[in-house]
Amino acid sequence: MDQAGIITIISVALIALGLLFFLGAAIGLFRFPDFYARMHAAGKGDTLSSLLVVLGFAVYQLHDFDFTFSTLEFNLQSWKAWMFHGDGLIILIVLKLIAICAFIMITSPTCTHALMDAGWEDGIEPELKEKGANALAKDIDG
Amino acid sequence: MEKSESKSNSRKGGYLLLIFALLMITWMVFSGYFDWFHLTLGAISCGIVTWMSADMLFANRTTSLLKRVVQAVRMFFYFIWLVWQIVLSNIHLLKLAFAGQRALQLQVVSYETKLESDFEKFLLANSITLTPGTVTMKIIGQTFYVHAISDVAAKGLDGEMERRIAKIFA
Repeated sequence: MDQAGIITIISVALIALGLLFFLGAAIGLFRFPDFYARMHAAGKGDTLSSLLVVLGFAVYQLHDFDFTFSTLEFNLQSWKAWMFHGDGLIILIVLKLIAICAFIMITSPTCTHALMDAGWEDGIEPELKEKGANALAKDIDG
Repeated sequence: MEKSESKSNSRKGGYLLLIFALLMITWMVFSGYFDWFHLTLGAISCGIVTWMSADMLFANRTTSLLKRVVQAVRMFFYFIWLVWQIVLSNIHLLKLAFAGQRALQLQVVSYETKLESDFEKFLLANSITLTPGTVTMKIIGQTFYVHAISDVAAKGLDGEMERRIAKIFA
């Protein structure tokens, strides 16, 4: 199999895996009992699945990237041609997609936390496995 | 006295240069044009941003630049470990989603931390949220209140993560 075929298979596999985790998140969102448990599904399921899908896109960009360095010689022209590959600017696209991954990793847990906090401040009672399993209520009520 | 002042001044210059370089790299990656016209535009914009709002990055300027580099490298390895934790977390969640309500043991636990700075706490709170079955609900002083989805998840808060974060900034 040629390089383009292998790269396509890897990227499709990554995207499919991401969609599977999205499915898990969606099912969790419907099946979990209360607001807080549902936030687990929404906040976490999204992180890995978006990472996997974006990573799949990044891998797909490499489908005619020269991994063997065969076109690379010791001059600026060939180095530029290797990096940018015509007008594709492969490395830059991959770097941008990695930047998206980084931003998702930072913002997703932050907004999950913000929503949980807002839910608590708004007085939503968490459903618990047993009475008194809430350390926060204990510490605040004294 | 004079000597330490000049040293902190040179560090200030170093920090300005570092911020300018970070902005310029971001500019180059996002613009994708490498001709002189676009590079000059980028240099002017990054210069203005550095001049106007350099105070917003790196609150503590007394740390040496070398230490910052070491911290950045350690942070990189920490993020690789964190991505692995995210994978575990999602597999855990997928299982629970298909197993349904019987598998859940919802609870809120408290967790005391020794970390001092806001950034370290932010990193710990985000990492707790990303690891299997736990989400940070509230931070009051040094206490984190963590919503855990199962007993296994609640036991996972054993301080290993805190040790790793403390090591980054050691």
